[in-house]
Amino acid sequence: MNKKIGGGVQLGTVLALVLMCAFLAFANKNFYSPGNIMGILKQTAFNAFLATGMLLCLITAGIDLSVGANAIFCACLMGALKEAGLTSGILLMIIAILAGAFMGFLNGTLLTRLHLPHPFVSTLGMKNVLWGAALVVTGNKMINKFPETVQFLGRQTIGTFGGGFPVSFLVIIVLYVLMHIFLSRTALGRSIYCAGGNMEATRLSGINTANVLTFCYTMSGIMAALGGILSVGRSGICNGSMATQPYDTDAIAACIIGGASFTGGKGTMIGTMIGALIIAVLRNGFTLLSIDSSVQNIVLGLVIILAVFMDVVRASMEAKRRRLAAVAKH
Amino acid sequence: MLQVSEYVVELRNATKRFPGVVALNHMQLAVKPGEILGLIGENGAGKSTLIKVLTGVYQADEGEIYVNGERKVFRNPNESAAAGIACVYQELNIEKLLSVTDNIFINKWIKKGNGPLLDYAAMHKKAKEVMLSLGQDIDPTKAAGTFGMGIQQMIEIAKAVLIDAKMIIMDEPTSSLGEKEVEQLMKTCRDLKSRGIGIVFVSHKLEELFELCDRVTVIRDGEYIETRPISEWTNDSLITAMVGRTLEKQFPKEFGVKGECFLRVEGLTVGGVLDNVSFEAYGGQILGMSGLVGAGRTETVRAIFGADPIDGGRIFVKGKEVRIKSPKQAIQAGIALLTEDRKGSGLVLAQTIRTNLILSSFKQHSKGFFLDENKIETSGQAHIDTLRIKTPSIYEIVGQLSGGNQQKVVIGKWLNADADVYIFDEPTRGIDVGAKVEVYNVMNDLVKNGKCVIMISSEMPEILGMSDRVIVMRGGRVMAEVDRDSKHFNQEDLMKAAWGGSLDE
Repeated sequence: MNKKIGGGVQLGTVLALVLMCAFLAFANKNFYSPGNIMGILKQTAFNAFLATGMLLCLITAGIDLSVGANAIFCACLMGALKEAGLTSGILLMIIAILAGAFMGFLNGTLLTRLHLPHPFVSTLGMKNVLWGAALVVTGNKMINKFPETVQFLGRQTIGTFGGGFPVSFLVIIVLYVLMHIFLSRTALGRSIYCAGGNMEATRLSGINTANVLTFCYTMSGIMAALGGILSVGRSGICNGSMATQPYDTDAIAACIIGGASFTGGKGTMIGTMIGALIIAVLRNGFTLLSIDSSVQNIVLGLVIILAVFMDVVRASMEAKRRRLAAVAKH
Repeated sequence: MLQVSEYVVELRNATKRFPGVVALNHMQLAVKPGEILGLIGENGAGKSTLIKVLTGVYQADEGEIYVNGERKVFRNPNESAAAGIACVYQELNIEKLLSVTDNIFINKWIKKGNGPLLDYAAMHKKAKEVMLSLGQDIDPTKAAGTFGMGIQQMIEIAKAVLIDAKMIIMDEPTSSLGEKEVEQLMKTCRDLKSRGIGIVFVSHKLEELFELCDRVTVIRDGEYIETRPISEWTNDSLITAMVGRTLEKQFPKEFGVKGECFLRVEGLTVGGVLDNVSFEAYGGQILGMSGLVGAGRTETVRAIFGADPIDGGRIFVKGKEVRIKSPKQAIQAGIALLTEDRKGSGLVLAQTIRTNLILSSFKQHSKGFFLDENKIETSGQAHIDTLRIKTPSIYEIVGQLSGGNQQKVVIGKWLNADADVYIFDEPTRGIDVGAKVEVYNVMNDLVKNGKCVIMISSEMPEILGMSDRVIVMRGGRVMAEVDRDSKHFNQEDLMKAAWGGSLDE
């Protein structure tokens, strides 16, 4: 029954990625150029940060719709502080990470202490708050000329192959390995899965589920802030109006394609990485094949719907299998 | 040959099986027009199944239903309703935000002419009339939720009257009513009776049966026991008929040595649920908690465990007062709670046996920041062996196990927490006989090791078979406390206490 490779990735997902790459290589010979590959990795890194936080929230059967706006807000906050005269890049990044973490902590607190019904509501509200805040702190202006240290993560490359291997993707690899170990080998990591699988049973087993949830949303905020720092390095600017871009949906899509479920309790870092790569390859392929950006949006929207539909089918098939197995044992 | 029956509704020889259980076994029930028939039985006697067969929610595997002497088959609730059978369930089906009229006419709307528009003027008028005929002078345009439980129940009865019900089943209709409302309900029942409607009145309160019913039917273990006119029943004969069984030898009771007081509860109060609950439980003993469903037993242990907030009361573990605000603190204080709802609040079904086993003891299974995989592996394997969990490996998903094996996983989880006080809420519900005995043996081992076990059970034989001491609850209070060697340690007396009677000394 186990068509899974390490960490529980569906074989089909990997196959989809391989087929997409094969198709694009066939359709456009630029696809396999070193420069393009490195470009894909750069694109993947931003989404991979946001998807890490999103995955934690999805595992708890929640969601964080504010990740994209949070990332842009953190970038804009750095821009505003730089304009105000703060020149230390390190300090700017620390402030950004603290701000992102605090926004995530607020999301978690709204959910667990004020008992708002579903994080969908609170994080959707927060998305708008952060979008507005990003515009307010920057006075609706684009800001550039960030310190080199801030731009390091998004801009720096290693070596010369294809213009150099992006540091951002290297950081992502390290982050994903660490998070994988955290989720699978620590008590808090397992608690996140258990809380998502059955909140009440987990609480009654002596685990403070409110704290577990707050942790996940705070982590999501930190990941968003890192994404924000990365975006500044990659584009050289911060721009408050970017907060409405569909970053959240890309992150959700990466997680769901990678095996996470809206009903919680499932999802892996490896799967999410594959999901993020699929999204990036898809977007890259559209560009290579010169497909109009509005059509890109349509196709990506459909891919997300398809991924969710597959999740539903997967869940009902598993439920059926479980039922049959339970009956067979009686 | 068409026979004129003396019964408006008659159920003959009905058998209903669920996987592993016979819920109804050659059950019968017969209601005359214009009579109030009391229906009574212990928890799990088959009352709900019986009601659901009559209302078409379930289909009996065998047996017949006759309405006015005519054979009927109900494939769904609509067919039962069409035949004139209505039920007022304990949990009312009221849409609180909709008006009284909307509630009464849901799916039976009156339309203007034959068009698509609803004729609210006509419906309000009719609703007003029906409610008046039930003794309720209310404004039917107001939202149903603005009225009390008594009137909401009358709305349900009005629905039944409106479909010209020949028989109305009332499932514990007084359980959520005040005294005045109960009086009004009884008046309405008598009125319906005078209109020739047959009523099945299910109640846990004997005095109500004696006040209202013409005849009373007793059922037990899914079987029909007896029907007599009310004048031929007494309090005692009803209870004896309900309890009936002799204690079977299916409980491998072993005794521990009574130790110190492990758990003392003083004046535990939860507004509207628990009223000043006090009791003690000792090491080396099983304390049984008996009572009817809804007596407040589960609420009591959940409050002790910090699962629900309390309004007052003190808790002592081994003589030391503890303040428990969450299950986490309860476990730190040495208390474990195996909840009655295994799937809902006991297990993470989508996770492996391995993970579920350590859910309450992550700390004991960690080495610094990381989980100690070797220790988890060894202790998990040990639990599978000692508890005899039937599974290919500890990596199996818990949702795929049978009920008995799932329960053993929950037990294993709590054994890992290494508590002093083990609270088991209905630990053998829905599991097969073999697994039951294994659960009893776990309890035996615990008390022999000096631990304290508290067992909630609605099965009287289980309470008598396994307990060293029993407390009986009713209406959120402790009604009686009976030692194993007391003369009251028998089914009749414990049932009497559960039904509100007092035990003389």
